[in-house]
Amino acid sequence: MNFEFSEEQNMLRDQAVSFLKDKSPLSVARKILEGNEPYDKALWKDITDLGWTATTIPEKYNGLGLSHLELCVLAEELGRALTPVPFSSSLYLATEAILAFGTDAQKEAWLGKLAQGQVIGTAAVAEGPGEFSPTKVGASVKANRLSGTKIMVPDGDIADFAVVVAGGDAGLSLFLVDLNQPGVTRTSVATIDPSRSHANLAFKDAEAEPLGKAGEGASLLSQLFDRAAVLFAFEQVGGAEAAMNQAREYALGRYAFGRPIAGFQAIKHKLARMYVAIQLARSNCYYGAWALSSGAPELPVAAATARVSASQAYRECAEENIQVHGGMGFTWEFDCHLFYRRAKLLAVNLGGESTWKNRLISSIESDRAA
Amino acid sequence: MDFNDTPEEAKFREAARAWLAANAPKHEAYSQEDFLKAAKAWQLEKYNAGWACLRWPVEYGGRGASAAEAAIFAEEEAKYSLPTGPFTIGQGMAAPTLMAYATDEQKKRYLPKLASGEEIWCQLFSEPAGGSDLAALRTRSVRDGDDWVINGQKIWTSGAHYSDFGILVTRSDPNVPKHKGLTYFFLSMKSPGVDVKPIKQISGQSGFNEVYFTDVRIPDAQRLGEVGQGWTVSLTTLMNERAAIGGGGGLGFDTAYALAKELEIDGKPAIADRAVREQLADWYCKESGLQFTRARTQSALSRGETPGPENSIGKYVGAKKTQDIASFCMELIGMAGVCMDKDLAALGGLLPQSYLGAPGGRIAGGTDEIMLNIIAERVLGLPQDIRVDKGIPFNEVPTGN
Ligand SMILES: Cc1cc2nc3c(=O)[nH]c(=O)nc-3n(C[C@H](O)[C@H](O)[C@H](O)COP(=O)(O)OP(=O)(O)OC[C@H]3O[C@@H](n4cnc5c(N)ncnc54)[C@H](O)[C@@H]3O)c2cc1C
Repeated sequence: MNFEFSEEQNMLRDQAVSFLKDKSPLSVARKILEGNEPYDKALWKDITDLGWTATTIPEKYNGLGLSHLELCVLAEELGRALTPVPFSSSLYLATEAILAFGTDAQKEAWLGKLAQGQVIGTAAVAEGPGEFSPTKVGASVKANRLSGTKIMVPDGDIADFAVVVAGGDAGLSLFLVDLNQPGVTRTSVATIDPSRSHANLAFKDAEAEPLGKAGEGASLLSQLFDRAAVLFAFEQVGGAEAAMNQAREYALGRYAFGRPIAGFQAIKHKLARMYVAIQLARSNCYYGAWALSSGAPELPVAAATARVSASQAYRECAEENIQVHGGMGFTWEFDCHLFYRRAKLLAVNLGGESTWKNRLISSIESDRAA
Repeated sequence: MDFNDTPEEAKFREAARAWLAANAPKHEAYSQEDFLKAAKAWQLEKYNAGWACLRWPVEYGGRGASAAEAAIFAEEEAKYSLPTGPFTIGQGMAAPTLMAYATDEQKKRYLPKLASGEEIWCQLFSEPAGGSDLAALRTRSVRDGDDWVINGQKIWTSGAHYSDFGILVTRSDPNVPKHKGLTYFFLSMKSPGVDVKPIKQISGQSGFNEVYFTDVRIPDAQRLGEVGQGWTVSLTTLMNERAAIGGGGGLGFDTAYALAKELEIDGKPAIADRAVREQLADWYCKESGLQFTRARTQSALSRGETPGPENSIGKYVGAKKTQDIASFCMELIGMAGVCMDKDLAALGGLLPQSYLGAPGGRIAGGTDEIMLNIIAERVLGLPQDIRVDKGIPFNEVPTGN
């Protein structure tokens, strides 16, 4: 057993850390949060030039042909830096979906462009408030034409195409939909974390092409979410650790009652509990990374476990980071709220903690029934 | 990242599995009354077949196995319900201290008998005045010729009533600050002047004891480390203690899951209830988080690295989880959940027993609060608590109850 990232993977991490330190300090996330740009275009170009968007795409489609472990490393570092680019939508959702379910022709059509950052992809799932349910999807495709609405699509305002869940002739299915066509109307929506943009999408007889087996939409979506959950979880762990470190730094430098507040047990124990939550999440993430990269049948359980504990860790770290900062933590000027926002955004993006806990038990039930 | 065994590890696991399958089951059935006998029999069986204390050198009763191999055997052994508790302190804490500080002759004399289970050791550290603040202990040691004379009292000593030997920290010099005046020994529990008195615990059983010392003589040859270096030696024991008991253990997800499938809420299986599912998922994530944290530690060990501090979270997370699961399961059972009548209670009363035993897990081997302090100070590098006793000679430090 070797339950750590390899030397090469850690070298990739070192490169990512120094690149992001230089190009994506928190001021960059803040710039997008405060401005009108949906994402940092120059940074996105740098990232695609580095080949990060090509990570898991096979070489024959102009990708790097690396494993998902490399992608997990990058996810963690991007999460740590709160980097304001459409990486998660384009890679964890769109690229993953095409890699997993696409025909050769679809791969040929999209993967090369995704690898080079010529297109941005995303997934459009939710249609209204409440837990997503395959039985409540209103969007539908008839004769390859999609109509309906999807809400809160991550990067929906900038993406070139989306993987859309909709009813089809054979029942719920996945479709690839070009978002730059006349039948698509995008409306940007304000969210809790403007450093990552979202849009509502309205489709009226938009051209749609089936992705994966028709009628298997619920199962395909579930498989896609399992894969994405591991990658989201790495972003969450990266963010949680950054929030903990921010709290630690502040506590060491801030004095009250004649000494650093880091010396008060209430603060020490808060930080220790953040550390515990992060370790549990990190270890579960490693298991998720292994299951994802090796195609193990344990993936549904491993992904849900990683996802739940990473959401928990990020929530605890983001909340308590503000608490440790006192009044300063509640200001716009301090960066604490950047983590607080992102923690919630990532937690609900694929369905919240409760949803994933439920999925976890369902997966355990079906494993044990088998 | 490779979660599978290497070919050599797989071969080792295969061998361990085969041997356990052939030998472990007959040791699983034992009663509380013959627990000790059963534990010794199982330990001897392992020892004779070369499966005891795997990492120890062969000359001391081990088999010189790697950390990864030892972990594999422990994993496989844990699949059975075997009586191993009485050896945790001796093999897990006393032995590493002896390895580090005893003479070769002493190691040859004591370690093989620890490995075979013939001799059991206890840990004489805590005192009425020194638990979390272990270095505040008062039991006195005074040099007299080739011997030391010990007077004082230890408390909470697990297994003292069946132990053959003990590791002991004493105060040899009360005139210097508390950490500087300690000296560490080992002694026979049959030494004249040692008096063991059982303490009745919450559970009604007596796993731990008070141990009184009246003019007990210990040869200077049984001193471990230098005079006044007892604190440093104790840290070796305590570090190993956290590794030895860090595994979590106790009541787990599987028990709660099985009950939730069997019992009903609102006329439906409890497992169908969303609140129940969320609670179960939470424990599953904690358990798997601990399991894979151990896996990370093991891979660091098998690469020849010193594991990071991740493992310090094991006992802290595991003990509270056991308490929460016991409490939750009893409520799931409803009014009958508190029944402890062996013949009537669910799972033969395991749940209330665990509930009553669980507070001990959060105290023994460093309380929850002390574990958090350790993480905060040693892992995160936060300042130590303010110590009003710092630098003050021990005999001038204020005391309470
Ligand atoms: C089942 C069991 C088995 C045991 N077996 C052994 C054994 O074999 N050998 C042995 O030597 N000892 C043994 N112990 C003793 C154990 O190590 C001590 O009980 C433990 O270290 C706590 O010490 P104390 O009981 O004196 O509590 P105290 O130290 O008085 O603690 C009381 C409370 O104060 C808190 N507290 C104390 N100091 C601090 C601080 N600095 N910051 C924050 N909170 C603090 C504690 O967390 C606790 O909540 C055992 C205990 C139990 C319960």
